[in-house]
Amino acid sequence: MIKWTKLSWLTVVWLLFFLALPLLLLVALSFAQKGVYGGIDWTLNFVNYNRAFSWTHFRIFWRSVEWAFLAALICSVLSFGTCWILMTVRSNLRVTILGFLCLPALINVIIRLYALKNFVGTNGPWPQILDLLSIPYDPQALTANPYLVLIGFILSYWPWALLPLYASFERMDFALVEAAQDLRANFLQVFRHILWPQLKLPCLSSFLLVFIPCLGEFVIPDILGGAKSMNFGNLLVDKFLKSRDWPLGASLSIILIIGVVISFSFQKMNEERQ
Amino acid sequence: MLEIKNLSKTYTNHEALCEINLNLKSGEFFSLLGPSGCGKTTLLRILAGFETASSGEILWKGKSILEVSPQERPFNMVFQRHALFPHLSVGENVGFGLRMKKVSQVEIQKKTKEMLNLVKLSGFENRKPSTLSGGQSQRVALARALINEPEILLLDEPLSALDLQLREHMQTELRRIQRQLGITFIYVTHDQEEALSLSDRVAVMSGGILQQVNDPYKLYSEPQTPFTARFVGSHCSILGKVMAFNAAERRLEFKTEDGQNWQGRWSSSDEPKLGDEVEAFIRPENWQITSLAETSLNQISVKLFHSIFRGAYWELQVEASENIFFKIHRAREAAMEFKVGDKFNLSCRAEHLLVYGRES
Repeated sequence: MIKWTKLSWLTVVWLLFFLALPLLLLVALSFAQKGVYGGIDWTLNFVNYNRAFSWTHFRIFWRSVEWAFLAALICSVLSFGTCWILMTVRSNLRVTILGFLCLPALINVIIRLYALKNFVGTNGPWPQILDLLSIPYDPQALTANPYLVLIGFILSYWPWALLPLYASFERMDFALVEAAQDLRANFLQVFRHILWPQLKLPCLSSFLLVFIPCLGEFVIPDILGGAKSMNFGNLLVDKFLKSRDWPLGASLSIILIIGVVISFSFQKMNEERQ
Repeated sequence: MLEIKNLSKTYTNHEALCEINLNLKSGEFFSLLGPSGCGKTTLLRILAGFETASSGEILWKGKSILEVSPQERPFNMVFQRHALFPHLSVGENVGFGLRMKKVSQVEIQKKTKEMLNLVKLSGFENRKPSTLSGGQSQRVALARALINEPEILLLDEPLSALDLQLREHMQTELRRIQRQLGITFIYVTHDQEEALSLSDRVAVMSGGILQQVNDPYKLYSEPQTPFTARFVGSHCSILGKVMAFNAAERRLEFKTEDGQNWQGRWSSSDEPKLGDEVEAFIRPENWQITSLAETSLNQISVKLFHSIFRGAYWELQVEASENIFFKIHRAREAAMEFKVGDKFNLSCRAEHLLVYGRES
């Protein structure tokens, strides 16, 4: 039985105004039409969904999935390794190291992205390193390419993967590793039979915490991707702000939301099965 | 069978173990007893291979095992908090060691059944560890270690998390299983009653130093160091200065600050000098109650301060002088005649008063 307090009513009102109503508006918009002068024509039909399921959109979506997947995978693996190393350090030192690792996250993301852009730009140290090593490069592509977007994703979202995974590592009883070693398990067997079954769910959570925002990310690809690199997030921004086709933008957003909900449901199902 | 020679372990600013020498016999129940931080768990973990020694040697059947990994040592360990794998069933937990050794599934199932039968948990194969009580978890941990047929079983305070009744029951079970299998148990505990009741031999440790290794009776009745006397069993302590020493009979006479003379048994290995400060210990059950009119050796006048009924006996707390309290044990009937505030004399025989040089 839910006990309704003033605070719970506040939460309901908050969710109603800032989640349910905008979502309803988005759903309604996705069935409306683009007006001749950039406005909304409220003739409701499924035309936008027909337009959304185009081959171009699918390619952009798929590429976004690929890059988000790669970024999330790298972040998860990096976080797993970092947590493993942190567990070997004295407990009072752990939090300090963790604090230093997350320190860059306190700087505004735009500043960090432009710092990266300057680092790899023609006047930055990166081309000089490439020159020193006699590695050929295209000066035009240095500051705008998909790999830079991937690095941007990783640098921006790594703490999102690291912190929840660290919490799981902290909770884990490492006497289990010793118990398994005592029962003749080698390193690979300890990982396969003891660590992975207990850490796969936190790893999946870490993965999704990077994958989902990367899928809809538009600032990082915009700053580091250049004209040739378009993420699904950029497509949405273009539809809403540049071509002022709000209904198509809304239908694409709904598709993205459904994708995210499916990802979360998958995780939830996994959690319940565990 | 297992020899530990001059084993030391030093951390950055702290010596956890100092020149430990021990010889373990086959099939004995051996306990490492000491307060928290005395180094007993460190010693057990070095034996298991989870910690490395700074110096010294561990010989197993004459061969050094210091460089042998935990996986390859013929020992198994029961952990303090059981360390059962939460995602595996009881049966899978017990059979884990055999699975790692790639034993056939049929054999694993057969042996798992045998082991669960041994620890009286037949039919628990499919239960998850989270559904077990503390005592049941402990039995699973025991079965999981024993299925590998270790030559030595290392137990790190395995009963510390259990309530008193369950702990006593599990103590009996542990002894039964140890006798049935005939393997050596090395048992770490801070509970002196547990160590005395379970073990064939007990090693008392303090500050990384081995204080004494003896069977429980000798440890209790003839402690070799003041630490052992203080730690094993309860006691009363009397401080004084040496007045005379008879080396042949090991009998020592000392005087307390209030001028009273006492005679006790000198229990340290070195010889005392006249005027040395000494500390004497007496067990609560070794006091005799005498009437105020009587005079005898090692006598002290006391007033009954408080009496506690302990079931099998009464514990009488008596006040010797201002703020100096002793405990004495009396049989149930014999204690009934005393009331709080009663005055009487206590005395003890010289051989029951164990005297040691005072630790600085």
